Amino acid sequence: MAWKPLNEMQVLSQRRPRLEAPLKVSGQAKYTYDLQLDGLLYGALLTCPYPAALVLRINESKVRRLPGVRAVLTDAHPTGTARYAGEYLAAVAAISPQIALDALELFEVEYEVRPFVVDLDAAMEEGAPRVFAERGNITDSETDGSGDVEAGFAAAEVIVEAEFRTQVQTHSSLETHGSVAVWEGDLLTIYDSTQAVNGVREGVAQTLELPADQVRVICQHMGGGFGSKLWAGRYTAIAARLAKAAGAPVKLMLSRRDEHLSTGNRPSSLQKLRLGAKRDGTLVAFSATTWGSAGIAGGAGVALPYVYTGLPAWKHTHADVYTNAGEARPFRAPGSPQGCFSMEQLMDEMAEKLGIDPLEFRLRHDANPVRQHEWRLGAERIGWSKRQPSGSGKGPLKRGLGLGASLWQVGGGGSRAEIKVFADGAVELRIGTQDIGTGTRTIVAAIAAEELGLPIGAIRPLIGDSDYPYSGGSGGSTTAPSVAPAVQNTAEKARQQVAELAAPHLGVAPEQVRFAGGRVHGTGKSLSWREVCGLLGAQVLSASGQWVEGLSSSGVAGCQFAEVEVDVDTGRVQVLRVVAVADCGLILDRLTTESQINGGVIQGLSYALFEERFMDPATGTMVNPEFENYKIAGAFETPQIEVLLFDEAERGVIGVGEPPTIPTAAAIANAVYNAIGVRLRQLPMTPDRVLQALYG
Amino acid sequence: MNDFEYLEPTRLEDLPGLLGKRWGQSAVLAGGTDLLDQLKERLIQPERVVNLKRIEVLRGIKDTGTGLEIGALTTIAQLEKLAQYPVLAQAASSIATPQLRNMGTLGGNLCQRPRCWYFRGRQYPCLKKGGHKCYAVEGLNKYNAILNGGPSFIVHPSDAAPALCALGASLEIYGPGGRREVPIESFFQLPDENLRRENLLQPDEVLTRVRVPALSPGTRSTYLKFREKQSLDFALSSVAAVLVMDGKKVESARLVLGGVAPIPYRVPRAEAELEGKALSAASIAKAAEVAVEGAQPLGGNDFKVPLTRNLMRRALETLAA
Repeated sequence: MAWKPLNEMQVLSQRRPRLEAPLKVSGQAKYTYDLQLDGLLYGALLTCPYPAALVLRINESKVRRLPGVRAVLTDAHPTGTARYAGEYLAAVAAISPQIALDALELFEVEYEVRPFVVDLDAAMEEGAPRVFAERGNITDSETDGSGDVEAGFAAAEVIVEAEFRTQVQTHSSLETHGSVAVWEGDLLTIYDSTQAVNGVREGVAQTLELPADQVRVICQHMGGGFGSKLWAGRYTAIAARLAKAAGAPVKLMLSRRDEHLSTGNRPSSLQKLRLGAKRDGTLVAFSATTWGSAGIAGGAGVALPYVYTGLPAWKHTHADVYTNAGEARPFRAPGSPQGCFSMEQLMDEMAEKLGIDPLEFRLRHDANPVRQHEWRLGAERIGWSKRQPSGSGKGPLKRGLGLGASLWQVGGGGSRAEIKVFADGAVELRIGTQDIGTGTRTIVAAIAAEELGLPIGAIRPLIGDSDYPYSGGSGGSTTAPSVAPAVQNTAEKARQQVAELAAPHLGVAPEQVRFAGGRVHGTGKSLSWREVCGLLGAQVLSASGQWVEGLSSSGVAGCQFAEVEVDVDTGRVQVLRVVAVADCGLILDRLTTESQINGGVIQGLSYALFEERFMDPATGTMVNPEFENYKIAGAFETPQIEVLLFDEAERGVIGVGEPPTIPTAAAIANAVYNAIGVRLRQLPMTPDRVLQALYG
Repeated sequence: MNDFEYLEPTRLEDLPGLLGKRWGQSAVLAGGTDLLDQLKERLIQPERVVNLKRIEVLRGIKDTGTGLEIGALTTIAQLEKLAQYPVLAQAASSIATPQLRNMGTLGGNLCQRPRCWYFRGRQYPCLKKGGHKCYAVEGLNKYNAILNGGPSFIVHPSDAAPALCALGASLEIYGPGGRREVPIESFFQLPDENLRRENLLQPDEVLTRVRVPALSPGTRSTYLKFREKQSLDFALSSVAAVLVMDGKKVESARLVLGGVAPIPYRVPRAEAELEGKALSAASIAKAAEVAVEGAQPLGGNDFKVPLTRNLMRRALETLAA
């Protein structure tokens, strides 16, 4: 199994607008949110206002009497013990969104309000209110590492240590989570804003105790997930139950507020780090003690010592801390931006203490051969050699340069696909993956087109439906390395069948048949694709294939450089440029690859400088469940982003979605230090924190 | 939002009767950019919404020779074009987004409600909603007042208001007794005078017109707003500065802060540092220093002190250049 040589590719590895772009820019692309069906009802969720409460009784009699209400559920919560403000308690379906919202006002709920804790530090204190009655808030710690850390520090001549903090970031998908549930007899169709049509099918079938073949999940276009839409939401089953009860389809899309509260987040972290070195710059020991809160869930781990695992001795101890807040979910490179932010700053601090240039220090300690090249490429592009001593700028606007590394390991597997070729030459490709905004629809069509020697427009890609051949969820940067080999394998099988069909007419053996330029070639003679397909007569050619070894790989190295301008009068950090060097393997499409990297940088910048979930300690509620004070970087905040694609086609397809969001905050933080000579060890680096650092 | 009666009267004279004497009974709709949020969040549940859009006398900008008369329905986008008043045009340009500036009106901007998250969050029964405490005092107060706060620590969110204060504007109000005119500074009220509202309007009154006096020769003005995002964001702090210069000397100064107090906060002590003196680095530094004198930050908003001082210095430096 192998890809064509790069120089023979006609469709792949080009710069191609997405196939669905015209639909999206003209508003014709229908998202779950847009779906309209005859008799559609609108769902709404009643949520718990308290961070910790026992729900004693829900009286819905007034709700049922409201004209226009068609179904009510009062057992939306599995146990009746709510552990964060925003948990779903009850639900209603009505003939208009307005009536559904009015209905929520009519529920009468009796609560036993309980003590709560929403702050990481407070939750760690002895005697803190317990999030789960049966266990303490701090989970058993886990330790990882190698070598003798104590001996390492004993031998160290220079030690740097510091405490870092990172905030909770909510996924803030522009399309909120939600489902439309439609019953036809026993068959349930769910239109879902999801990263995993098959994952939702499995989850809904399990929750509702339905056979898997009675649940179909469809997602044609979706407005962002970033890891928060990888499985069925509780709202999905609620929508299905409301629809069953009402005997009509139900659309249940979450409000922006519920989206912030209940659909996941990147956990917070508190990190105490220590790094030891010899005066000659040799690193000898590293230790980290970290905590993080994933709310009522686990999974707040921090990737440390991040890329510098070649340290002779290191030890990382981590514990999760429960708080009365919405559970974390995977968020674009889970754990990595947190660890990168602290580790790369600590490396810079050490480099400075040793009098070594930060880039030189990385080149010495970063064992990854790809990144060795990338560090140099990026440094050249950003103009690293012009970097000034930290805090040396004159005037209120101070510029600085910084850098950070990224790493991602996941590959692909498991996908299946099917291609049908019709007598008129039409080609249909079916694969049960989904396009989460990354261009999957376009790349699967491009791969089939490349293999069949056809233009991309000759392929009709059908995706986003759990009835199609199985493909896994789009998470972990696994989509392209999963679907690309499956489509290539399937297209190759289809090609072989077409070759057998054409060979007798071309006077060659099937192995000698070649496909290019919309024609099927023998040694001398050639036929058009359509002529060959016409030989099918009344038949439809069908080929099934699956993921195979050798077309994809894992392990992504990358790095970023940032140039910032810090206004020391106002504390504003303006990122001027980001150079993102990305390890890409075989690039399926250059435009969509660059788009993903741009998106990763912007999301990383937004994490570095803006986004923060604020929890009110007195009431245990989120005070900014909106987009006014939950601030997200906009066009004015977006820097010039220069993407350098470090492609090695021979490695096959690798995922690129997650790595580019990892090092942005670290690179910006190091650049801020270079600009002002004061280190910011807490995210986000908002003006108040910058001024606090400068003015005390 | 709740169900309500919706009216589009055409005569100003009918308004007081339609609005009624009781707070909460009616809501005034102009551009709707703040009101709709309040309705949707059920912060208010009026029995009646009165749209002003058919009352023609509330529209238009008129040059009277002694200044401008700006109708309350004038959009923020229209204010952006008033190049003869840089402080006002700049303030207008800094508001929200082009879409919101096309809808939002001057009257609505001056009468908008606070942005404090405890006020906007329906679940917090804060002082301004008739509750028992200002949640910001012990809570998260990054965006709250450092000057003149208490018992509520909201900040006034308007950008137009500090600019108009610095220009010495006056406001025309229409109520059951007819028209009355008040200087803009007495329009706005501190929480200790009026806890539930931010100005002296009665339930059956509306703001109808803003009068901006013509500028004296030698006037220089600017509006400097600092916000975290460069679009669609309210001021963390802002400075409206209007100086009347006599050569190099400052004849008179009006300096007003936004985003730091429950009202547009005029700082006479800083004005006094400039008046009668040449505009120098020293006088600017002194004015900036005294501008934040007496600030009482709450713990999460301490940064507003150096920020406001620096903004004042920068605004004045711009005018000195």
